[in-house]
Order: sequence, then C-alpha cells, then structure tokens
Amino acid sequence: MSFDSDNNLWLSGNEAIALGAWEAGVQVASGYPGTPSTEIMGNLARYEGVYAEWAPNEKVGLEVAIGASFAGVRALATMKHVGLNVAADPLFTAAYTGGRGGLVVLTADDPQMHSSQNEQDNRNYAFAAKLPMFEPSDPAEAREMMASAFALSEELDLPVLFRTTTRVAHVKGVVRKGERRQVAAASIEKMPAKFVMLPGNARVRRADLEERMRRARERAETLAENRVEEGSGRRGFITAGTSYNYVKEAFPGAPVLKLGMVWPLPEKMIRAFADSVEELIVVEELDPFLENHIRAMGIDCRGKDLIPGQGELNSYIVRTAIEPESRRELFAPLDLPMRPPNMCAGCPHRGLFYCLSRMKDIFVSGDIGCYTLGFLPPLSAMDSCVCMGASVTVAHGMDKALGREGSGRIVAVLGDSTFMHSGITGLLNAVYNESHATVIILDNRITAMTGHQQNPASGRNIRGEPAHAIDFEQLCHALGVRRVSVVNPHRINETRKVLAEEIGRDETTVIISRAPCVLLPEEVRRKKPLYVTELSNCTGCRACIGLGCPAISWHPLTASEAVARGYREKQKGYAEISAVQCNGCGQCAELCTFEAITRKEAD
Amino acid sequence: MQQSGNILFSGVGGQGILLASELTAHAQLAAGFDVKKSEVHGMAQRGGSVEAHLRYGERVYSPLIEPGTADILVAFETLEAARYLPYLHENSAVVVNTMQIMPPAVATGAMRYPGDVLDELTGRGIRVIAVDAFEIAREVGELRTANVAMVGAMSIFLAVSPGVFLDVIDRKVKERFREVNKRAFEAGRARVQAMQ
Repeated sequence: MSFDSDNNLWLSGNEAIALGAWEAGVQVASGYPGTPSTEIMGNLARYEGVYAEWAPNEKVGLEVAIGASFAGVRALATMKHVGLNVAADPLFTAAYTGGRGGLVVLTADDPQMHSSQNEQDNRNYAFAAKLPMFEPSDPAEAREMMASAFALSEELDLPVLFRTTTRVAHVKGVVRKGERRQVAAASIEKMPAKFVMLPGNARVRRADLEERMRRARERAETLAENRVEEGSGRRGFITAGTSYNYVKEAFPGAPVLKLGMVWPLPEKMIRAFADSVEELIVVEELDPFLENHIRAMGIDCRGKDLIPGQGELNSYIVRTAIEPESRRELFAPLDLPMRPPNMCAGCPHRGLFYCLSRMKDIFVSGDIGCYTLGFLPPLSAMDSCVCMGASVTVAHGMDKALGREGSGRIVAVLGDSTFMHSGITGLLNAVYNESHATVIILDNRITAMTGHQQNPASGRNIRGEPAHAIDFEQLCHALGVRRVSVVNPHRINETRKVLAEEIGRDETTVIISRAPCVLLPEEVRRKKPLYVTELSNCTGCRACIGLGCPAISWHPLTASEAVARGYREKQKGYAEISAVQCNGCGQCAELCTFEAITRKEAD
Repeated sequence: MQQSGNILFSGVGGQGILLASELTAHAQLAAGFDVKKSEVHGMAQRGGSVEAHLRYGERVYSPLIEPGTADILVAFETLEAARYLPYLHENSAVVVNTMQIMPPAVATGAMRYPGDVLDELTGRGIRVIAVDAFEIAREVGELRTANVAMVGAMSIFLAVSPGVFLDVIDRKVKERFREVNKRAFEAGRARVQAMQ
C-alpha cells in the first residue's frame, strides 16, 4: 500500500468524519465541544457550503440539527458521550418524527476516561431510543460510513446514531478522499402528523417507528458495513469498532463477523456465522451490548466472561484474555512520581482556588473544565464534581439540607462555558428557592479545556468572526441575583477579601472571577512582566509553593547546605521561579512577604 | 528493510510530541508503509504525561502498541522514558532527551526526582541513547526545534533515509522554520551517529 497524496489524506478520525459529512452533503451542523468529539465541528466549519456552529449545550445542538432536517437538508449534531445524556430528550422523540433531510447524531465515547467523568457505553442509547447506530473502526471507515449513515437516515426516515471512541476519533490513518454530493434545496413543508408530537400523532408515529426499525433490521442483513471475513480455525469472532482492530492483530486469520452497524443487529447473518464456527466469541469494549442481544437470540457465545468490561482494550488484552498462555514476561513498571495534568503557569484559576483553599470549613461544589484540576494538591480546593452545571445545583441542595449550618459555607465554582451550558437554570432555581450559596463563575473568556472553542461569552463565533458576547453581570441580575461582584483572581489579597465577604452573606451571591486564559493567542503574544526570585531574601517559608505553580520549584537543603548558602541553619530549602515557564501573573509575588519575588518589566 | 515496527513517543504536554510523531508518520508513509498513530487530547495535555503510539507495516489494524513490543521509545524527558518500561523489550532502543521537568510532587518538595532513573533501563539490558536535545536546538539557533532534533536522533534506527525526513520537513513545516528544523534534524542525527 503506498500513500499517494492526490487521492489519499492523512487524517484523524475526527477530521475524516468532517470530510465524510461534507462529502455526504451535510449543510447544517451544531455541537458542543467535548473530548473526544471536538475537532469534528472545528474542521467542518472550514468547509465551503456547510453552516457549522458551537451551541451552548448538546440539547440545543441536536435540536438545531433536527430543525435543519425538518427543512429538508442533511444535518449533523456532534457531542461526547455524556453530552448525549443532555441531548437525550430530543433524541428519543426525533426517533418518532424522523425528518426530511438525513440526520446523523455523533456520540464520541471515552472508554478509559482519558478526559471524562464516566465511561458510559452509548450503544445502549441506540437500543433505548430505537435508532440505528454505526460504529467505524478507523478514520478511513469513519469517512465512508458517514455517507452510509446519511443515506440510511433518509431511506428509513430515522435519525442515525454514529458512535466513535477515543481510539477512532484521535487515531490518524490514511483516508481516501472523494467528491461532495449534490445537496438538497431547503424548503418549508408542513407535515403536522409527522412533526407535531401530541399524543394522538405520537401514538401513530410510535407504531410507525416499529415498522421503520423492522426495515432497519432487514437492511442490516445486506448492508456492506456488516461483513464476514472468512478465515480458518475453530474460533469465530463477532466484533465492532476499534475492538475489530485488536481481534485482527491478536488472531490473524480467524473468521470474523465485523459489524459496522451495531444496532439493529443482522440476526440471520449472526446465526449463520455462529453455525459456521465451533466457538463464538464476542469482543467488545465496555458493556456486553452485542453479547446480550446475541444471547437474546438464543445463540450461545462467550464474551464478558473472558473480555474485560471496563476500560479500553488492546490486542494484548484481547489475546491474553482468550489465550492466557500467550502472556509474555513484561518489565514491571517502576515506582515513579506521577505526572498528573496541572493548571498552566499563570492560570487565573489557580489564584481563585488558592483563596478557596485558605478558607476554613467551606464545601466547594465543583464542575467540569480545566478548573477541576483545583482538586489536586497542593490546592485541594474542590469537594465534588458530578456533571456539567451540577456545581450550582449540588450547592443549592447542600444548602437546603444543611439549613443554618450551611450558612456561609457552600460555594459553587464553574467556568463561563459550563455556566452557559447548564448553570443558568441552576442559578435561576437557587435565587427562586432562596439559596444561601455563593456561585463563582470563572470567566476566562474561552472554552479552554477542549482546546479554545469560542462560546456565547467570548465575542466570536466558530469561524472567529465577531459575535454577540453575553454580559454575565446583567444576566445574573436578570435572574434575580442582587449581589454580583467581579474580581481579578491574580490579585489574591483582594480576591480573598471579596470571597470572605460574599460567601458569608445570607443570600445567593455571584462572584465573577475574570481574567483571560494564558494560552489565548493574544495572551501568548502580550508582553508580560517576569517574576524573579531574589534567592538571598528567600526564607523557605513555602508560601509560594502552596500555589502549585509549575514555574516554581522547591529545592530542599541540608543544614550545612543552608549555611553554605548564607541561610539560617534551620532553613529547609528555597523556592525558585523558572524564567522559561513564568507567565507573569504575579500571584506568587502577592504571597511573598520577604521581598524574595520581584517583578521585572517586559523589554 | 524492516517490514513493520512500533515507535512510542513520550514526554510532557507542550513539548512538541505531536509534531515529532507527525513527521515520523509522514516519513514512513513516504517509504511506502501503512501507518496508524494514536494520540490523546483534552485534559491529558495540561502539563501531564503524554504519549503517542506510531505503528507501521504493510497493513496496520491496531493503533495501540502492545506492552513489551515498542521497538523504539522516543522520550522527551528522562522520567517519561522510565515510565514506559513495560512497553519495552530487551532489543528496544530508547532515545531520551536528558532534560528533566519536575512533576508537581517533586516541585513542591513532597518527593525527589529519581537520580539514576536511566540505569533502571540499561540495567535491564536496554539500549539507551541519551541526547541533550536542547543543547542541539540552542546550537542551531531555535530552542523550539528540540523535538525535531529528537526525530533526527531517532531516525538512525529506521530504514527510511534521512532525505525522506528532510522532504517531509519541507512539506510540513512553515517556511519560516523550515531550514532551522532541517538543521536540527541533521544535528540530532549526527549526534547519535557520532556515538555509534
């Protein structure tokens, strides 16, 4: 196989999905960023003839795509696995309505939780919502399957789910490119019996959904994406997604039934395959989804009795699970200091969490974003984190449970994008039902963790063009919050004062902690001061070390080393700032009371 | 010419591992191989340990390297070389940047940076090639080319000729940085050649 760059591209799964969707003639796409789905929308926005947008959350995104489908064009909604929980409401009813233009709903699952709070298996949504689901094994297949998914959606009048996992989304491989299909013209067509889901209409569509899914099951038997790869040996494998790759490497030459459509299942094909092998093994990551449904057909197979049901698989895990004797002697891991992710040097969140870490007896209800890292030592300033927006509502629930005991002790912390995603309704509830908690909005002007996506507060749209930027102060006032304060989290001493005052109040208060992400291009370009350590003044008090800034390191000293450096014999060490890593935020200088950290202006 | 192989890249978020693994992938594609590469994005990039798996051969299915099968480990930081020991076998070659970046527990004084960590590899018979990639980058005049210097150092273990890599740099690197990156690649390669 040789790489010819006229017809082939080297693409990630997400880039290939954007290409495939564009070639399939998608015209409207909406999504909310979430690893490992984010790059799809970012890439799609660069193609001509596609309207792509960042929605404030996944429910909004899916509804936008449903609307475009109702107008007769092909539409795509993208999200990470937990995003589909947010979008589940429209999803289940869109199965009843169907659409006019093809509608594909992409869910990117994250087995192993590389960047997620759970590892739910979203194939279960296909069963629960009664929808077909495709699952590619690599970038090349992801591109091809996009076309099939849109075509099947129109053929069956059903939204089609498209599942990827991290090892498809963030894998790069060779992808063949094609032409863009002729696109449909949008139009208004009134079809109330199909689109107005009142009980009378819905009951009819409910019955029709069964008929559409019956046709889907029939189509599964002949779909090119479901195929038997002949082989030899007594064992046969049924597999899908990235697990297929592991089977091919662990058991080359074995017969394989590869399912490109993982719901509904091709029962006849599965039965014939099962009959053709002595032992049938289902290899899949996470839940025994295929296995359970194959067993429900009355077909005997092995699966989760061998293959782990948690975390990612790889070819070694698959081979040794089935043939334990193939286990080889491996070098044992060394006991080394871990290197977890950390907030960047100069990150504004650090200042805010430092202040919280110094407050006694408070409970910090956290949320999803870079700032969840405020949980890690030495800050250790987050006490819970459940899902997007839950900081505000969990805080309110604790406040109500604790009553007077909770007064002045409950704080919710969430980012700007998370607040818009699903914090606003929580804050509305907190005010309406008289919460005493304080809500801190970390406004760093961007959706940072997923790689700097624009949002309704950043003042730019997905293409970087100017857009309306929401005014958080006005919004909070409109929700009924009487006290809204704004702090600069780099000014630690001031921030601490405001925090103590506002958290202590007996009403819902909001503090907006406002400073841009240091990784924003304009911040990277900005000439910043440099903070340098005057080592002769350092007393080893470790005040700056408490920030956990990656630019500051602690150098331990023995008594004689301390004396040799001119320090007191008892001084245990000194702190030093790395000029290469310092981003000039000045938080450490505010904490140093010995003039050991000084500011040098940019040249 | 070796018909297939596994190259593991490891380091700390922000060190330029993605570009290094991209250049290597393109060089293997140009040499006629099928290639797959796996990366992790998102929270893992915030200064934590990062890795990229690159596999090449006639037909590659899995994007992940099996434990005990990495033929080459390109480690951009010393501790991040030792961390991937379970991926290595006795004939692996480890090309490691001698740079040390303190993990949080070391920076705050809770733990010490292990001093003899590369001995853990050589003690198991693994071939370790230590390269000061920053010194090379400084010599060629652009600190940000340390990652490409590492690619140059690693390239000596591949059958792909250096000219293929230089072509890839021509195609994939912005014009402004092209020449300096080519110099970094050649200097990295020469450094290891001199050690042989």
